[in-house]
Amino acid sequence: MGTLPKVLGFSLALTLVFTVTANLLPQVEGEPPKEEKVDLGALTMDSFIALGESAFNGKGTCTLCHNNLGRAPDLLEMNVGEAAKERLADSRYQGKASDIEGYLRESMTDPSIYVVAGFGKKGSNDTESPMPAVDKKPIELSAVQIDAIIAFLQSKDGNEVTVALPTEAAVEDSEPTGTVAATPAVAAAATVEEAIAKYGCSACHSVYDTESPVGPDLRDVGSRLGEEEIRQSIIDPAAVIAEGFPAIMPANFAERMTVKELGLLVQGLAAMQ
Amino acid sequence: MWLKTLLTVSPAAAASVPKQGRTKWCLWLASIMVVMGLGQLLGISPVDSLQAAEVVAQGSAEVLKGAPELAAADYPRVGNSSSRAVVWILAQMHLFFAAFVLAVPLFVVVIEWVGVKTGDARYDDMAHEFMKVSMTAYSITALFGGTLAFALFLLYPDFMGYMLEVFGSQVLVYALLFFLESAILYMYYYSWYALRYGNAKYVHLSLGLLLNVVGTTLLVIANAWATFMMAPSGVDANGAVTGDIWEIIRGPLWNPVNLHRFIANIAFGGAIVGAYAAYKFLSGRSNTEKAHYDWMGYTSNFIAVLSFLPLPFAGYWLMAEVYAYSQQMGITAMGGILAWLFIVQAVLIGTILLASNYYLWSGMSRTEGSYRYKWLVKYIAIVLTGGFLVWVTPHTLILSAKEVAALGGSHHHLLGPLGIMPAKNIAVNLMLIVTFLSFQLYRRSDKVATVSWAPAGNALMVAIYVIAVVNVIFAGVYYGYFTNTVYKVGSSVMQVVSTLVVIVAGVVIDGMMYKGAKKLPSEWGKVSNRSQYALFALPVAFTWLMALMGYVRSSVRGSWHVYTVMKDSSPDNFIPAIGYAGNMMTIVTVMFLLCVLFVFWIASLSSTKQIPPDSQ
Ligand code: HEC
Ligand code: HEC
Repeated sequence: MGTLPKVLGFSLALTLVFTVTANLLPQVEGEPPKEEKVDLGALTMDSFIALGESAFNGKGTCTLCHNNLGRAPDLLEMNVGEAAKERLADSRYQGKASDIEGYLRESMTDPSIYVVAGFGKKGSNDTESPMPAVDKKPIELSAVQIDAIIAFLQSKDGNEVTVALPTEAAVEDSEPTGTVAATPAVAAAATVEEAIAKYGCSACHSVYDTESPVGPDLRDVGSRLGEEEIRQSIIDPAAVIAEGFPAIMPANFAERMTVKELGLLVQGLAAMQ
Repeated sequence: MWLKTLLTVSPAAAASVPKQGRTKWCLWLASIMVVMGLGQLLGISPVDSLQAAEVVAQGSAEVLKGAPELAAADYPRVGNSSSRAVVWILAQMHLFFAAFVLAVPLFVVVIEWVGVKTGDARYDDMAHEFMKVSMTAYSITALFGGTLAFALFLLYPDFMGYMLEVFGSQVLVYALLFFLESAILYMYYYSWYALRYGNAKYVHLSLGLLLNVVGTTLLVIANAWATFMMAPSGVDANGAVTGDIWEIIRGPLWNPVNLHRFIANIAFGGAIVGAYAAYKFLSGRSNTEKAHYDWMGYTSNFIAVLSFLPLPFAGYWLMAEVYAYSQQMGITAMGGILAWLFIVQAVLIGTILLASNYYLWSGMSRTEGSYRYKWLVKYIAIVLTGGFLVWVTPHTLILSAKEVAALGGSHHHLLGPLGIMPAKNIAVNLMLIVTFLSFQLYRRSDKVATVSWAPAGNALMVAIYVIAVVNVIFAGVYYGYFTNTVYKVGSSVMQVVSTLVVIVAGVVIDGMMYKGAKKLPSEWGKVSNRSQYALFALPVAFTWLMALMGYVRSSVRGSWHVYTVMKDSSPDNFIPAIGYAGNMMTIVTVMFLLCVLFVFWIASLSSTKQIPPDSQ
């Protein structure tokens, strides 16, 4: 064999080794943060907390630092409420917060105002936090997302959740789908439209003028199902699963709705032909 | 600035050199000044042009409100091709060649100077031959550079528009310097034999020096673009220019990247010319030819490995600055989804270390004196392989699908020890230390020390090795497992210092101990063909490694063109998986290898003369 083929062969074989090594490792892609469109009218405290959890793990990249590796306080492991009380009582505390919610918000938007001992930037003697302000670039959480994370952090250890569900006025770019903010204690819906907004049906269903592909279109549900079937679909969604759709419709509407609301909905939907 | 320093220093310096040397000095200075004057005429003195750029940048600050916000539709696409893949390949090819052509003149001037000092014409010939190889490469660099710029403007027009607004006329300075670089390069290369002896040689050396000044300036200017994208400075949160051009250039990562690239380029350049020598050695017929290329290969390897050894330390500095700039970015690089890539890096660096050690051991056959040290080789080999295995072994190879899913964005608890890597730090430092030992033994193998304190010197050297090894292990175990430091990057300083002390002490002690030492016979060319393959393994691994590091450097920005300032909304705004990236690296490496072979071929073509048909 001539020198050239030998040298080429050797070099290519070596390149192949590197290529194979790279391909044997677990293949993970770093997705850019996805903006989940949140239908505020459809929000319940549970889904708000879930939103917070997903922002904590996803867009917020909190777990990059807040994990069990000692890079930052392990928020998932510790009782955040207790910790917050301790921080507020610390003589080094200079911030303006006076309760847990305030402390958590401050920790996120102005991390350097109080730096947990031992976690400051190197050489800053715990006066400067390595944590980025999460409402600024590159993380850029919205006010709603920050509130949701606070709700998540408060609820995960069974502490009282003090953040209020966001009202639509708080967010300019959310599509108004209802008229009232849906807090758990909100008054019973008086019309079909209100009921649909209150229980967030439009998050999954196309109804009125909003579209959602998750569940079947409700605008013509009356032509497909009778009143009894509609009632069953709401009370016990798992009983009959509409073909081609996942069985993800919440099963607890029956507990949450007033009888009047259920009646309103069933009649209203049946009329949608 | 440096021109002023030179001018103020020169009278004193001139006074201190003997009369005959003085004319030489003056000539040298004069020639530098002529060229500098030309530069002034053209308006490209570094000081002036920076000021000019400053004015422009300030002017544009009023116009530029900030970085544009784009949607996916704002990115032109050519067919179905991935724009990122196109730019990736072109940029990498351009960078490979640029690194090579900027590096070669750096060591060529040194070799040329050694030739003048020792009066050994072989050095001069070798320096010239190195330049010959890099000349064709220079044209290819420009070619890829042009294509890259074209592709960028075509595929990422808004991003390029923003960068141009930010950097303003700094880009013009770059273009002008590029022309200057070309002019000096051609002058330097083609005047080689015209300015070979006497005072003329100093004119030639000055040309070489100037070439490197311009080349290095080009490098640091281009680095500013990359570091601005990673850690922007001189702009506000929206990307509107607030500072002068100097503030924009001098971001927190600029100098670490400058140093890292400067050193890495030399190692890379040395490795490439080493492959050239090995190729010529293998295809060489006569003994003189073999001897020449063996020596050339050895020198190249020497350059490559010597500049490779400090590279990890420059890397530490860079990573420390990345952490200081943004802990988030640092963790993304070292402990996030990119963490796996350090296993590939370990394989590559392991290959480099094994190959260079193997080459040194094989080279011992050149002299009989090496029998004194041969017994040590097997221990070095054991440490190297052991270290290599520790280094590449991940703490877990099997991840379930759920665990992999959990990795996206969050940090995996099983990967944690990899991010900190105390065991791996021990392994790497030990590998570096024994590689230096190989090198030192090789250097000693054809000499016998004659100084009276040789035994004491040896004992000292052995003691330094022992202390360093103990220190590396202790520091690794202590910091790695018994303390809870947030900043693991800084904690390996002790190990790094130990390794550096060995290298510096080794060079100093041997330098003194072997002054006027008895030389044992040794013969260039007396080396196995197989050893030459180490000289191919080196550039292949280097090339791939460079591509890999480029992937990390670009990926840590996540979905930002300019981190925190300009979002990347293109369809390619995610960090690609390591397998895909690895395939890209292989594509560029193979492309580069083929181009390099072409360059070698052209280089040997220029010295091939056809025999006239009637003389046969
Ligand atoms: C780059 C790493 C990093 C990221 C990303 C990060 N943090 Fe932090 N965080 C820290 C560090 C370090 C501290 C401790 C120093 C301090 O008090 O600021 C901290 C402190 C905190 C505290 C106070 C904890 C205490 O014990 O008092 C809260 C609450 C917090 N972070 C929430 C978050 C949330 C929510 C996110 C995601 C939106 C987040 N952090 C993202 C590094 C980070
Ligand atoms: C989390 C998403 C989700 C929410 C919220 C939701 N649904 Fe559904 N719904 C579905 C899915 C998916 C199906 C189809 C699978 C099935 O039959 O369970 C469905 C099925 C139905 C059906 C049967 C339709 C057919 O064509 O078979 C009715 C009626 C219905 N939903 C009404 C409602 C009403 C009223 C609400 C609000 C009180 C609501 N849904 C809230 C996801 C949801």
